[in-house]
Amino acid sequence: MDLSAIDPLVLAASLMIAATPIMLAGIGELISEKAGVLNLGVEGMMITGAITGFAIAVQTGNPYLGMIAAMAGGAALALIFAVLTQLLLANHVASGLALTLFGLGFSSLLGQPYVGVRPPRTFKLEIPVLSDIPVLGRVLFQHDLIVYISVIVVALVWYFLKYTRAGLILRAVGENHDAAHALGYGVVKVRFLAILFGGATAGLGGAYLSLVRVPQWTEGMTAGAGWIALALVVFASWRPWRVLLGAYLFGGIVVLQLNLQAAGVRVPVEYLAMSPYLITILVLVIISSDRARASLAAPGSLNRIFHASH
Amino acid sequence: MMRLEKRPSPSRLWTAATPVLAVVVTMVAGGILFATLGKDPVAAIRLIFWDPLFSEQYASYSRPQLLVKSGPLILIAVGLSFGFRANVWNIGAEGQYIIGALCGTAVALAFYPAPGWYIFPLMVIAGAFGGWAWAMIPAILKTRFRTNEILVSLLLVYVAEKLLAAMALGAMRNPDGGGFPGSRNISRYEPAANTELIANTGLHWGVVTAFIAVIFAYVMLHKHMLGFHVRLAGQAPRAARFAGVRPGALVVFCLGLSGALSGLAGMFEAAGPAGRISIDFAAGYGFTAIIVAFLGRLHPIGILLAGLLMGLTYIGGEIAQLTLGLPAAAIQVFQGMLLFFLLALDLLSNYRVRPGRREMT
Repeated sequence: MDLSAIDPLVLAASLMIAATPIMLAGIGELISEKAGVLNLGVEGMMITGAITGFAIAVQTGNPYLGMIAAMAGGAALALIFAVLTQLLLANHVASGLALTLFGLGFSSLLGQPYVGVRPPRTFKLEIPVLSDIPVLGRVLFQHDLIVYISVIVVALVWYFLKYTRAGLILRAVGENHDAAHALGYGVVKVRFLAILFGGATAGLGGAYLSLVRVPQWTEGMTAGAGWIALALVVFASWRPWRVLLGAYLFGGIVVLQLNLQAAGVRVPVEYLAMSPYLITILVLVIISSDRARASLAAPGSLNRIFHASH
Repeated sequence: MMRLEKRPSPSRLWTAATPVLAVVVTMVAGGILFATLGKDPVAAIRLIFWDPLFSEQYASYSRPQLLVKSGPLILIAVGLSFGFRANVWNIGAEGQYIIGALCGTAVALAFYPAPGWYIFPLMVIAGAFGGWAWAMIPAILKTRFRTNEILVSLLLVYVAEKLLAAMALGAMRNPDGGGFPGSRNISRYEPAANTELIANTGLHWGVVTAFIAVIFAYVMLHKHMLGFHVRLAGQAPRAARFAGVRPGALVVFCLGLSGALSGLAGMFEAAGPAGRISIDFAAGYGFTAIIVAFLGRLHPIGILLAGLLMGLTYIGGEIAQLTLGLPAAAIQVFQGMLLFFLLALDLLSNYRVRPGRREMT
């Protein structure tokens, strides 16, 4: 074992990359849950985004077109969920699971010609002056575009929820859909948009996995990232900045675990690979055991079916 | 425009009719899917739903397979249906299935190569216990710390998969296997083998257990107080509390039952059709069983029929894969679509669709 081979700077830089997919998926799910919809299909939307993004990027040779396609792909899957839960009033949990099961199958069907193909490269964006700062520059300012976009999205979501009228309406719909309906807000419309946003960011997160982080297409490559994103929202107590924090913490664990594998720690690889899931569970337990916080933070109408009878 | 009117109670007619309708709509949509993949849709549908049972060419092989594939699906889905009725969402059956298989196989390997009639019963107990214990993790976290059981049970699937890989490569690896991953073939080890009980039927102990579970669940849900409590807790949680139902105990019961049954399914699979523990042992039965439970309307008899149908799509899918070159994933898509259509059509059992605009009252 050679722990000195682990460079803390490289570790810090790569944790930002590891955190980006779940941060994107998590922030989208946060919006959808703030509107009162628990979408358990994040895993399915992510993997659909991963393959649509990969396929379009390979076909066009442009990774950014791929990422836009991934957002469309994730949103298309989310649209199915929105129609099922909002128009056809189906059970949210079951519909979310259906989305995940369908997405996993659909992506491996779509991805068959792409196994073993190399995607076009994404370029690192070295922010001019900032990336020359000795230590911080290497860690923070030498990444690809999506890493920065994900942080900007978190900031925008925070601003949207806190300072805009539309954000207030979205929160009202999530806290009490009957009251929001009585005030004349279109509950179904707001929820549709929130679900679609969640699908688009989850899709982008998936494409980041297949186009940048790995970069390759393999079946089932999200490997639970969507579920971890769902846990991240709980961890964040439905607050945008904590999604960012949680994602970076989690990214750190993943990267550390990978580095320990590479450094040849005398623990079988499989046990190290369990650690992200186990730590996610542990964090969930800690967060949810705090009775006051857990019950206050969750949107009031989360997971309840809205049917305007009059 | 259409207007939806909530029914006072779900329509019995539509509750029974929607799964059938969903299957028909899925066949049409599946046909379109197969056509876009460049396969003859009619031939593909026929190959999946008809030929495994009735064609002379395939039936002799595939008819017994029907019970082999359906057995674990039914067994797991019956357990899940209790929880789903009571709003306890165990979606980690796949993990409990793996742990049950590991525990059962561990017992067999511990006794290898000794003879003894008691080995197989011990494996059954170990398998059920393993699945139960794995399900107790989300159950206890839920009752103690109010942790969401959906996320915990699902995340534990990934942990179980890693554990499976660790065991197949490490502790349970066949010492005479020339270094290849995977355990000894315990289906060839007489006292541990889950053999076919009647030749060429595919009937093994796991299938028998599945049938027993169906009957047990039927009696429990319809004739027993506990079953009533399960249904009550799902439909009217507040009323259930007044009736003296303890939510915590119900969570432990529902997760424990589904865990034990999933563990049994895994153990019977490892000792029978699969024969051993290998890295690719987990075939997704735990997830497909969720579809089976919903398709069967969470009703034991319905689950029995849905399990047989879903088992059929597995076998038919394999045949279509061999003869038409239909990708294996297409069947997964097909199964996912089935759940979509089922959930969509469920609208008809819970609501009346009336023509005309929404009225203001």
